Amino acid sequence: MPIDMYKTQRYYHHKDFRKHSHFHAGKGVATEGKKRGAREIKIVRKVLDVNDAIAQQNRDMFAEKDVFVVNVMSSPGSGKTAILEKTLSHIMQDVRSAVIVGDICTSNDADRLAVSGAPVVQVNTDAFGGDCHLAAHVIKTAVDNFNLDEIDLLIIENLGNLVCPAEFDMGENLRVVVLSVTEGEDKPLKYPLMFRVCHAALLNKIDLLPHLDYDRNAAVQNIHKVNPQMPIFEISAKTEEGFDSWIEWLMQKIHG
Amino acid sequence: MHEMGIAMQIVEIAIASIPGDLENARIDRVNLKVGKLAAVVPESLHFCFQIAVQDTPLHHADLHIEEIPVVARCADCHVQWTVREPVFKCGQCSSGSVEIISGRELDIISIEVVDEDTTDAD
Ligand SMILES: Nc1nc2c(ncn2[C@@H]2O[C@H](COP(=O)(O)OP(=O)(O)OP(=O)(O)O)[C@@H](O)[C@H]2O)c(=O)[nH]1
Ligand SMILES: [Mg+2]
Ligand SMILES: [Zn+2]
Repeated sequence: MPIDMYKTQRYYHHKDFRKHSHFHAGKGVATEGKKRGAREIKIVRKVLDVNDAIAQQNRDMFAEKDVFVVNVMSSPGSGKTAILEKTLSHIMQDVRSAVIVGDICTSNDADRLAVSGAPVVQVNTDAFGGDCHLAAHVIKTAVDNFNLDEIDLLIIENLGNLVCPAEFDMGENLRVVVLSVTEGEDKPLKYPLMFRVCHAALLNKIDLLPHLDYDRNAAVQNIHKVNPQMPIFEISAKTEEGFDSWIEWLMQKIHG
Repeated sequence: MHEMGIAMQIVEIAIASIPGDLENARIDRVNLKVGKLAAVVPESLHFCFQIAVQDTPLHHADLHIEEIPVVARCADCHVQWTVREPVFKCGQCSSGSVEIISGRELDIISIEVVDEDTTDAD
Protein backbone atom coordinates (compact mmCIF):
# COMPACT_ATOMS: atom_id res chain seq x y z
CA MET A 1 0.00 0.00 0.00
CA PRO A 2 1.86 3.13 -1.15
CA ILE A 3 1.80 6.10 1.17
CA ASP A 4 2.56 9.40 -0.47
CA MET A 5 2.48 12.32 1.88
CA TYR A 6 5.66 14.17 1.17
CA LYS A 7 4.59 16.70 -1.36
CA THR A 8 1.83 18.25 0.70
CA GLN A 9 3.99 18.12 3.78
CA ARG A 10 6.75 20.13 2.13
CA TYR A 11 4.97 23.00 0.54
CA TYR A 12 2.02 23.90 2.70
CA HIS A 13 3.41 27.00 4.32
CA HIS A 14 4.01 28.86 1.08
CA LYS A 15 0.45 29.80 0.36
CA ASP A 16 -0.05 31.17 3.86
CA PHE A 17 2.43 33.96 3.34
CA ARG A 18 1.72 35.06 -0.19
CA LYS A 19 0.26 38.30 1.14
CA HIS A 20 3.74 39.53 2.07
CA SER A 21 5.07 39.52 -1.47
CA HIS A 22 4.32 43.22 -2.09
CA PHE A 23 7.25 44.18 0.16
CA HIS A 24 9.56 43.78 -2.80
CA ALA A 25 8.96 47.45 -3.63
CA GLY A 26 11.14 50.28 -2.24
CA LYS A 27 14.46 48.49 -1.81
CA GLY A 28 16.33 51.63 -0.66
CA VAL A 29 14.00 52.22 2.23
CA ALA A 30 14.15 48.59 3.22
CA THR A 31 17.96 48.55 3.38
CA GLU A 32 18.02 51.65 5.54
CA GLY A 33 15.32 50.24 7.78
CA LYS A 34 17.35 47.11 8.26
CA LYS A 35 20.01 49.02 10.21
CA ARG A 36 17.62 51.22 12.14
CA GLY A 37 14.92 48.80 13.19
CA ALA A 38 16.55 45.37 13.14
CA ARG A 39 16.03 43.39 16.30
CA GLU A 40 17.81 40.13 17.00
CA ILE A 41 15.67 37.40 18.42
CA LYS A 42 17.43 34.46 20.02
CA ILE A 43 15.97 31.11 19.09
CA VAL A 44 18.57 28.33 19.58
CA ARG A 45 16.53 25.48 18.22
CA LYS A 46 17.46 22.36 16.30
CA VAL A 47 16.27 22.60 12.72
CA LEU A 48 15.23 18.95 12.88
CA ASP A 49 13.61 19.09 16.30
CA VAL A 50 10.19 18.27 14.86
CA ASN A 51 11.58 15.07 13.38
CA ASP A 52 13.38 14.26 16.63
CA ALA A 53 10.19 14.74 18.64
CA ILE A 54 8.20 12.39 16.39
CA ALA A 55 11.06 9.88 16.47
CA GLN A 56 10.81 9.89 20.26
CA GLN A 57 7.04 9.27 20.06
CA ASN A 58 7.74 6.36 17.71
CA ARG A 59 10.38 5.01 20.11
CA ASP A 60 7.93 5.14 23.02
CA MET A 61 5.24 3.45 20.96
CA PHE A 62 7.61 0.67 19.84
CA ALA A 63 8.78 0.14 23.42
CA GLU A 64 5.21 -0.09 24.67
CA LYS A 65 4.34 -2.63 21.97
CA ASP A 66 7.61 -4.48 22.46
CA VAL A 67 8.65 -4.11 18.84
CA PHE A 68 12.36 -4.04 17.97
CA VAL A 69 13.12 -1.73 15.05
CA VAL A 70 16.09 -1.95 12.68
CA ASN A 71 16.98 0.73 10.12
CA VAL A 72 19.03 -0.59 7.17
CA MET A 73 20.94 1.93 5.07
CA SER A 74 23.40 1.87 2.15
CA SER A 75 24.25 3.33 -1.25
CA PRO A 76 21.86 2.34 -4.03
CA GLY A 77 22.28 -1.29 -5.01
CA SER A 78 24.54 -2.47 -2.18
CA GLY A 79 22.14 -5.31 -1.52
CA LYS A 80 19.76 -4.14 1.22
CA THR A 81 16.74 -5.88 -0.28
CA ALA A 82 18.69 -9.05 -1.10
CA ILE A 83 20.07 -9.22 2.46
CA LEU A 84 16.63 -8.65 3.95
CA GLU A 85 15.06 -11.34 1.76
CA LYS A 86 17.59 -13.87 3.03
CA THR A 87 17.51 -12.59 6.60
CA LEU A 88 13.73 -12.90 6.71
CA SER A 89 13.86 -16.44 5.41
CA HIS A 90 16.19 -17.31 8.30
CA ILE A 91 14.27 -15.66 11.09
CA MET A 92 10.58 -15.68 10.10
CA GLN A 93 9.86 -18.92 11.98
CA ASP A 94 11.17 -17.47 15.24
CA VAL A 95 10.54 -13.76 14.97
CA ARG A 96 7.32 -12.20 13.74
CA SER A 97 8.70 -9.63 11.32
CA ALA A 98 7.35 -6.77 9.23
CA VAL A 99 9.04 -4.46 6.76
CA ILE A 100 8.75 -0.83 5.70
CA VAL A 101 10.59 -0.15 2.48
CA GLY A 102 11.31 3.29 1.08
CA ASP A 103 11.50 3.58 -2.65
CA ILE A 104 11.54 6.58 -4.94
CA CYS A 105 8.93 5.31 -7.35
CA THR A 106 8.85 1.56 -7.91
CA SER A 107 7.40 -1.29 -5.90
CA ASN A 108 10.02 -3.87 -6.92
CA ASP A 109 11.64 -4.09 -3.50
CA ALA A 110 8.29 -4.45 -1.74
CA ASP A 111 7.31 -7.28 -4.09
CA ARG A 112 10.60 -9.08 -3.47
CA LEU A 113 10.30 -8.76 0.30
CA ALA A 114 6.64 -9.81 0.41
CA VAL A 115 7.68 -13.27 -0.84
CA SER A 116 8.95 -13.97 2.68
CA GLY A 117 5.38 -13.79 3.99
CA ALA A 118 6.15 -10.79 6.16
CA PRO A 119 3.74 -7.85 5.89
CA VAL A 120 5.41 -5.15 3.81
CA VAL A 121 4.52 -1.48 3.49
CA GLN A 122 6.13 0.49 0.77
CA VAL A 123 6.63 4.22 1.19
CA ASN A 124 7.01 6.18 -2.00
CA THR A 125 8.89 9.41 -1.45
CA ASP A 126 8.81 12.26 -3.86
CA ALA A 127 11.96 12.44 -5.95
CA PHE A 128 11.22 16.03 -6.94
CA GLY A 129 11.51 17.43 -3.43
CA GLY A 130 14.95 15.89 -3.13
CA ASP A 131 13.64 13.36 -0.68
CA CYS A 132 16.39 10.95 -0.16
CA HIS A 133 15.64 9.43 3.23
CA LEU A 134 12.78 8.25 5.37
CA ALA A 135 11.80 10.48 8.28
CA ALA A 136 10.03 9.87 11.58
CA HIS A 137 6.59 11.10 10.50
CA VAL A 138 6.65 8.75 7.49
CA ILE A 139 7.28 5.78 9.77
CA LYS A 140 4.62 6.93 12.21
CA THR A 141 2.02 6.89 9.43
CA ALA A 142 3.27 3.73 7.75
CA VAL A 143 3.08 1.81 11.02
CA ASP A 144 -0.72 2.26 11.02
CA ASN A 145 -0.78 -0.48 8.39
CA PHE A 146 0.43 -3.07 10.89
CA ASN A 147 -0.96 -4.59 14.03
CA LEU A 148 2.03 -3.99 16.29
CA ASP A 149 0.71 -6.51 18.81
CA GLU A 150 1.50 -9.22 16.28
CA ILE A 151 5.00 -7.98 15.41
CA ASP A 152 8.31 -8.51 17.23
CA LEU A 153 10.64 -7.03 14.64
CA LEU A 154 10.15 -4.13 12.27
CA ILE A 155 12.80 -3.73 9.60
CA ILE A 156 13.04 -0.44 7.71
CA GLU A 157 14.85 -0.46 4.38
CA ASN A 158 15.87 3.15 3.89
CA LEU A 159 16.47 4.81 0.54
CA GLY A 160 19.77 4.12 -1.19
CA ASN A 161 21.86 7.02 0.12
CA LEU A 162 24.78 7.27 2.54
CA VAL A 163 24.33 10.93 3.44
CA CYS A 164 20.85 12.01 4.41
CA PRO A 165 19.40 9.00 6.24
CA ALA A 166 22.19 9.32 8.82
CA GLU A 167 20.68 12.61 9.96
CA PHE A 168 17.10 11.44 10.50
CA ASP A 169 16.19 9.48 13.59
CA MET A 170 13.01 7.47 13.14
CA GLY A 171 12.81 5.94 16.58
CA GLU A 172 14.66 2.75 15.67
CA ASN A 173 16.66 0.61 18.11
CA LEU A 174 19.40 -0.44 15.73
CA ARG A 175 21.05 1.00 12.64
CA VAL A 176 22.93 -1.14 10.14
CA VAL A 177 24.92 0.08 7.14
CA VAL A 178 25.55 -2.14 4.12
CA LEU A 179 28.65 -1.69 2.01
CA SER A 180 29.30 -3.92 -0.97
CA VAL A 181 32.68 -4.97 -2.33
CA THR A 182 31.82 -3.42 -5.69
CA GLU A 183 32.00 0.04 -4.08
CA GLY A 184 35.16 1.95 -3.16
CA GLU A 185 37.09 0.86 -0.06
CA ASP A 186 37.15 4.52 1.02
CA LYS A 187 33.38 4.92 1.33
CA PRO A 188 33.54 4.99 5.16
CA LEU A 189 35.95 7.93 5.04
CA LYS A 190 33.74 9.78 2.59
CA TYR A 191 30.56 9.24 4.60
CA PRO A 192 31.81 9.22 8.20
CA LEU A 193 28.53 10.26 9.82
CA MET A 194 26.77 7.18 8.47
CA PHE A 195 29.48 4.91 9.85
CA ARG A 196 29.40 6.75 13.19
CA VAL A 197 25.65 6.48 13.73
CA CYS A 198 25.36 2.80 12.77
CA HIS A 199 25.81 -0.12 15.16
CA ALA A 200 27.12 -2.61 12.62
CA ALA A 201 28.38 -2.78 9.05
CA LEU A 202 27.56 -5.56 6.59
CA LEU A 203 30.23 -6.00 3.91
CA ASN A 204 28.15 -7.61 1.18
CA LYS A 205 28.74 -9.44 -2.13
CA ILE A 206 31.89 -11.18 -0.93
CA ASP A 207 31.11 -13.97 -3.42
CA LEU A 208 32.42 -11.53 -6.04
CA LEU A 209 35.83 -11.04 -4.39
CA PRO A 210 37.69 -13.53 -6.63
CA HIS A 211 36.72 -11.42 -9.65
CA LEU A 212 37.70 -8.05 -8.18
CA ASP A 213 40.80 -6.14 -7.09
CA TYR A 214 38.99 -5.16 -3.92
CA ASP A 215 41.19 -4.55 -0.90
CA ARG A 216 39.04 -6.05 1.83
CA ASN A 217 41.54 -5.17 4.58
CA ALA A 218 41.53 -1.53 3.55
CA ALA A 219 37.74 -1.48 3.70
CA VAL A 220 37.73 -2.98 7.19
CA GLN A 221 40.46 -0.59 8.35
CA ASN A 222 38.59 2.41 7.00
CA ILE A 223 35.41 1.39 8.79
CA HIS A 224 37.40 1.03 12.00
CA LYS A 225 39.07 4.42 11.56
CA VAL A 226 35.66 6.04 11.63
CA ASN A 227 34.15 3.69 14.19
CA PRO A 228 36.80 1.58 15.92
CA GLN A 229 34.33 -0.60 17.79
CA MET A 230 31.98 -1.37 14.93
CA PRO A 231 31.20 -5.05 14.33
CA ILE A 232 31.66 -5.96 10.65
CA PHE A 233 29.96 -8.95 9.08
CA GLU A 234 31.35 -10.09 5.74
CA ILE A 235 28.48 -11.70 3.89
CA SER A 236 27.05 -12.69 0.56
CA ALA A 237 23.32 -12.32 0.05
CA LYS A 238 23.76 -14.61 -2.94
CA THR A 239 25.49 -17.60 -1.34
CA GLU A 240 24.50 -16.77 2.27
CA GLU A 241 28.12 -17.04 3.32
CA GLY A 242 28.62 -15.26 6.65
CA PHE A 243 24.91 -15.19 7.44
CA ASP A 244 25.18 -17.34 10.56
CA SER A 245 27.13 -14.79 12.56
CA TRP A 246 25.09 -11.86 11.24
CA ILE A 247 21.81 -13.57 12.18
CA GLU A 248 23.19 -14.63 15.54
CA TRP A 249 24.25 -11.04 16.32
CA LEU A 250 20.88 -9.68 15.17
CA MET A 251 18.93 -12.17 17.30
CA GLN A 252 21.09 -11.26 20.28
CA LYS A 253 20.23 -7.59 19.80
CA ILE A 254 16.52 -8.36 19.43
CA HIS A 255 16.34 -10.52 22.54
CA GLY A 256 19.10 -8.81 24.54
CA MET B 1 20.60 16.31 -0.95
CA HIS B 2 17.79 17.09 1.45
CA GLU B 3 18.76 20.75 1.73
CA MET B 4 15.42 21.90 0.31
CA GLY B 5 13.55 20.23 3.14
CA ILE B 6 15.99 21.71 5.65
CA ALA B 7 15.66 25.18 4.12
CA MET B 8 11.88 24.98 4.40
CA GLN B 9 12.12 23.86 7.99
CA ILE B 10 14.35 26.86 8.71
CA VAL B 11 11.83 29.21 7.11
CA GLU B 12 9.04 27.66 9.13
CA ILE B 13 10.88 27.96 12.45
CA ALA B 14 11.91 31.55 11.64
CA ILE B 15 8.34 32.58 10.87
CA ALA B 16 7.06 30.91 14.02
CA SER B 17 9.63 32.88 16.02
CA ILE B 18 8.47 36.35 14.96
CA PRO B 19 7.22 38.05 18.15
CA GLY B 20 3.50 38.61 18.34
CA ASP B 21 3.89 42.38 18.82
CA LEU B 22 5.44 42.77 15.36
CA GLU B 23 2.46 42.83 13.03
CA ASN B 24 4.25 43.37 9.77
CA ALA B 25 7.59 41.83 10.43
CA ARG B 26 10.23 41.09 7.86
CA ILE B 27 13.13 38.81 8.64
CA ASP B 28 16.44 40.20 7.40
CA ARG B 29 18.81 37.54 8.56
CA VAL B 30 18.83 34.01 9.90
CA ASN B 31 21.85 32.86 11.89
CA LEU B 32 22.53 29.16 11.67
CA LYS B 33 25.15 26.82 13.11
CA VAL B 34 26.08 23.83 10.96
CA GLY B 35 28.51 21.21 12.20
CA LYS B 36 31.08 19.89 9.74
CA LEU B 37 29.73 16.41 10.30
CA ALA B 38 26.11 17.37 9.63
CA ALA B 39 24.77 15.98 6.39
CA VAL B 40 24.33 19.45 4.90
CA VAL B 41 26.31 21.20 2.19
CA PRO B 42 26.32 24.95 2.99
CA GLU B 43 26.42 26.08 -0.67
CA SER B 44 23.49 23.92 -1.49
CA LEU B 45 21.61 25.10 1.60
CA HIS B 46 22.16 28.74 0.55
CA PHE B 47 20.78 27.93 -2.87
CA CYS B 48 17.70 26.18 -1.50
CA PHE B 49 17.14 28.95 1.05
CA GLN B 50 16.83 31.49 -1.78
CA ILE B 51 14.00 29.42 -3.20
CA ALA B 52 12.33 28.55 0.10
CA VAL B 53 12.02 32.20 1.21
CA GLN B 54 10.00 33.29 -1.81
CA ASP B 55 6.60 34.71 -0.87
CA THR B 56 7.39 34.62 2.84
CA PRO B 57 8.43 37.34 5.33
CA LEU B 58 11.98 36.09 4.74
CA HIS B 59 12.14 36.99 1.07
CA HIS B 60 14.91 39.57 1.73
CA ALA B 61 16.67 37.50 4.35
CA ASP B 62 20.31 36.48 4.30
CA LEU B 63 21.28 33.10 5.63
CA HIS B 64 24.40 33.27 7.74
CA ILE B 65 26.03 29.90 8.37
CA GLU B 66 28.64 29.42 11.06
CA GLU B 67 30.46 26.15 10.45
CA ILE B 68 31.34 24.25 13.61
CA PRO B 69 34.43 22.04 13.66
CA VAL B 70 34.24 18.42 14.76
CA VAL B 71 35.51 17.99 18.31
CA ALA B 72 35.93 14.56 19.87
CA ARG B 73 36.71 13.36 23.38
CA CYS B 74 38.23 10.09 24.49
CA ALA B 75 35.87 8.27 26.84
CA ASP B 76 38.85 6.60 28.54
CA CYS B 77 41.55 9.25 29.03
CA HIS B 78 39.25 12.27 28.44
CA VAL B 79 41.62 14.07 26.08
CA GLN B 80 39.77 16.34 23.67
CA TRP B 81 40.80 17.26 20.12
CA THR B 82 39.62 18.75 16.85
CA VAL B 83 38.96 16.06 14.25
CA ARG B 84 40.32 17.10 10.85
CA GLU B 85 40.22 13.72 9.16
CA PRO B 86 37.44 11.19 9.70
CA VAL B 87 39.46 9.17 12.20
CA PHE B 88 37.89 8.64 15.59
CA LYS B 89 40.63 6.99 17.57
CA CYS B 90 42.31 8.53 20.59
CA GLY B 91 45.78 9.83 19.67
CA GLN B 92 46.89 9.68 23.29
CA CYS B 93 45.78 6.27 24.56
CA SER B 94 44.60 4.60 21.29
CA SER B 95 41.15 4.01 22.72
CA GLY B 96 38.41 3.50 20.18
CA SER B 97 35.79 4.73 22.58
CA VAL B 98 35.38 8.27 21.36
CA GLU B 99 32.48 10.67 21.81
CA ILE B 100 31.61 13.47 19.44
CA ILE B 101 31.37 16.69 21.45
CA SER B 102 30.48 19.01 18.59
CA GLY B 103 30.25 18.98 14.82
CA ARG B 104 26.74 17.58 14.37
CA GLU B 105 24.94 20.91 14.90
CA LEU B 106 22.10 21.98 12.68
CA ASP B 107 20.70 24.75 14.86
CA ILE B 108 18.95 28.06 14.30
CA ILE B 109 20.60 30.51 16.68
CA SER B 110 18.68 33.70 16.01
CA ILE B 111 16.76 35.78 13.52
CA GLU B 112 17.00 39.50 12.85
CA VAL B 113 13.59 41.07 12.48
CA VAL B 114 12.47 44.44 11.17
CA ASP B 115 8.98 45.82 11.66
CA GLU B 116 7.88 47.04 8.24
CA ASP B 117 5.32 49.42 9.73
CA THR B 118 7.97 51.27 11.74
CA THR B 119 10.39 51.61 8.86
CA ASP B 120 7.71 52.73 6.42
CA ALA B 121 6.52 55.43 8.82
CA ASP B 122 9.99 57.02 9.13
N1 LIG C 1 26.78 -11.36 -6.55
C1 LIG C 1 26.01 -10.78 -5.63
N2 LIG C 1 25.03 -9.92 -6.01
C2 LIG C 1 24.26 -9.35 -5.06
C3 LIG C 1 24.45 -9.63 -3.70
N3 LIG C 1 23.55 -8.89 -2.99
C4 LIG C 1 22.81 -8.22 -3.90
N4 LIG C 1 23.25 -8.49 -5.15
C5 LIG C 1 22.71 -7.96 -6.40
O1 LIG C 1 22.92 -6.55 -6.40
C6 LIG C 1 21.82 -5.87 -7.03
C7 LIG C 1 21.21 -4.87 -6.08
O2 LIG C 1 20.69 -5.55 -4.96
P1 LIG C 1 19.47 -4.99 -4.11
O3 LIG C 1 19.17 -5.97 -3.04
O4 LIG C 1 18.35 -4.60 -5.01
O5 LIG C 1 20.14 -3.68 -3.52
P2 LIG C 1 19.46 -2.52 -2.68
O6 LIG C 1 20.50 -2.00 -1.76
O7 LIG C 1 18.20 -3.00 -2.07
O8 LIG C 1 19.16 -1.44 -3.82
P3 LIG C 1 18.22 -0.14 -3.71
O9 LIG C 1 17.05 -0.48 -2.85
O10 LIG C 1 17.85 0.14 -5.12
O11 LIG C 1 19.10 0.93 -3.13
C8 LIG C 1 20.84 -6.97 -7.44
O12 LIG C 1 21.08 -7.30 -8.76
C9 LIG C 1 21.21 -8.12 -6.51
O13 LIG C 1 20.91 -9.38 -7.06
C10 LIG C 1 25.51 -10.53 -3.33
O14 LIG C 1 25.77 -10.81 -2.15
N5 LIG C 1 26.24 -11.05 -4.34
MG1 LIG D 1 16.29 -2.20 -2.17
ZN1 LIG E 1 42.35 8.34 25.22
